[in-house]
Amino acid sequence: MGTPCIQIEGVSVLFPLYHGNARSLKKTVMAAASGRLGKDRQHRVVVQALRDVSFTLGGGDRLGLIGSNGAGKTTLLRTLAGIYEPVIGRVRVQGTVSALLDSTLGMNMELTGRENIMLRGLYNGLPRPALPRLEDDVAEFAGLGDFLDLPVRIYSAGMVVRLGFALATAIRPEILLMDEWILAGDAEFLERARHRLETMVRSAEILVLSTHDMSTLKAWCSRALWLDQGHLRLDGSPDSVADAYLGLTPQPAVVALAD
Amino acid sequence: MLTAAPSMDTVVTPEADALLELRGDPSFATRNRLAMRDVAQGTRLLRLAWTLAWLDIRLRYRGSMLGPLWLTLSTGIMVGALGYLYAGIFHTDIHDYLPYLALSLVLWGFLGSVVSESCSAFTESEGIVRAVRMPFFLFAARLLIRNVIVLAHNVLVIVVVFTVFRVWPSWFALLAIPGLLLWAIDSLAVVLLLGTFCARFRDILPIVSSVMQIAFFMTPVIWKPEQLGSAQALLWLNPFFDLLEIVRAPLLGAVPIVHHLWLGAGVFSVAIWALAWFLFARVRGRIAFWL
Repeated sequence: MGTPCIQIEGVSVLFPLYHGNARSLKKTVMAAASGRLGKDRQHRVVVQALRDVSFTLGGGDRLGLIGSNGAGKTTLLRTLAGIYEPVIGRVRVQGTVSALLDSTLGMNMELTGRENIMLRGLYNGLPRPALPRLEDDVAEFAGLGDFLDLPVRIYSAGMVVRLGFALATAIRPEILLMDEWILAGDAEFLERARHRLETMVRSAEILVLSTHDMSTLKAWCSRALWLDQGHLRLDGSPDSVADAYLGLTPQPAVVALAD
Repeated sequence: MLTAAPSMDTVVTPEADALLELRGDPSFATRNRLAMRDVAQGTRLLRLAWTLAWLDIRLRYRGSMLGPLWLTLSTGIMVGALGYLYAGIFHTDIHDYLPYLALSLVLWGFLGSVVSESCSAFTESEGIVRAVRMPFFLFAARLLIRNVIVLAHNVLVIVVVFTVFRVWPSWFALLAIPGLLLWAIDSLAVVLLLGTFCARFRDILPIVSSVMQIAFFMTPVIWKPEQLGSAQALLWLNPFFDLLEIVRAPLLGAVPIVHHLWLGAGVFSVAIWALAWFLFARVRGRIAFWL
C-alpha cells in the first residue's frame, strides 16, 4: 500500500454543452442525413474547463484552489475524484478519496435521513460493521431527532445543510476534496462545526480545498493554485498567490455581491 | 488553527487501498480495460446494488398499506380481466387460456420494464454520478435486481392461477432456469446500451416505449403461437418470442425444447452484448458529462 498521492499531468477536460437540437437523436440524424444542414450538425458548444493543468501532491500537502466563478475549480475537484475523466493528460490518485462537492452529496431527497446516511457509507466503501457507528455519529451531530426517519425532502434548508455537514465530516478519507459550501451556514452551527471540520481536515493526508475566502486559504493551506479560465495561472505559497490574485483582480462592488 | 492532535472520537475510515489511474484520449484497448474494470467493480458492489434496488421498491410503495403487494394485486386484476375478455374473443377454454396468459403477462412484464427502465438507468442516478465515482455497472445491477424483486412479487399471481386451475408444472420446468439466467445477462447489456444512449440523446425514451408496445402485440403474449397458422414458422425471427419462449415453454410443461429458439435467443444475446459493449466501452468516460 503506497502513501497517498495525487499526480496530475497535462490534464485537459472538455465539457460538451448540449442544448436544443443536439440533445435529440432525431434532429441529429436528420441533420446528418441532409447535406443542407450538414454544417449545423454539431450544435454543441465545447467548454474547455481545464487546460493543460499539472501538479503533484504528496502526504501532508494542503492545497487551496482559488479563481473566479467558472475558473474550473469544481471541475478540477471532480476530476481528482474520478467523476470526470480527462480528455488529454493523466490523472493518478492513490488513496481513499472523499469528495464533498455540494451540501446534498448525492442524497436522494425522497429517502429518509437514516437511509441516506447508510447509502453514503456504502458509496464510500465503508465496511458493513462501520455503518451503525456512522449512523450514530451523524445522528448525534446533526441533532435532527425524529426527523431522521422522515424524507429529506421535507427538511428545512438548514436541516439539509446540517445533515450534509455531519455526514461529510463523519467519514475520514486519506484524501479530502472540499468545495467551500462546507464553510457556509449559520454562524451558530459553524461554531459547533468548526472543531469537527478541523479534526477531519487534520486527519486527512491530503486536502484540496476550493475557496473564495483568502483567510481560510491562508489558515488551512500550505500551497495554493490560482485557476483562470481552466489554466493554471499561478502555483505557490498561499500568501503569494492570494496577494497576486487580489492585486490583479479588479474588485468592483459587483464582484463582492456576486460572491 | 490546525495545531492540536487529531481526536479519534468519530473516525470512520473507508477500508482498502485505492488507486485511480486515468489517461486522456485512450485507444479502444485502454477504454476496453477501463470498461471491464467498471464491470468488475460494479459486481463487487452487489450489496449496494441490492440495497438501492430495495429502496427503489420501498420508495414506490411507501405509505401504501399493501406495499409492494400492490404489484401482485394489480397484475392479478389485469390477468383476470384480460383472461376472461380474450378467452371470449378467441373462443378458447378459460382453463387452458388463463394459466397461459398469467405466465405470459408476468414474464413480459419483466422484459418490458427492464427495457423501458433502462433508458433512465443513468439519468435517474445523476445525483450520485456527479457526487462520487461509481462504476456504471452498479446501476445496471440495481435495475436488474429491482426488476427481479418485482418479478418475484408477480410470481404469486402465477402460483394462484396455476393452483386454481390445477396446472402442475412438470420437472421440465427446471429447464426455464438457463433461460432466466440468459434474461439476466441480456438485461445488463440492455441497460448499458440504452442507459448510455439515452443519457446522450433524450428523445430515445418515447421511441423505446413505442417499440415495446408494438413488440407486445407482435409477440405471442396474449395470443398463442398456434393461432398464427402457417406463419408460425417465422415467429422465431422475433427475438422477443425466442427469449420469452425459452422460459415460458418449460414452465407450461410443453417441452421438447426447440433448438432454433435457443439459437435465436443466443444470436440475439450475442448481438446485443456486442453492441452494448462497443458503445459502453467507447463512451463510458463521457457519460458523467452528459448527465
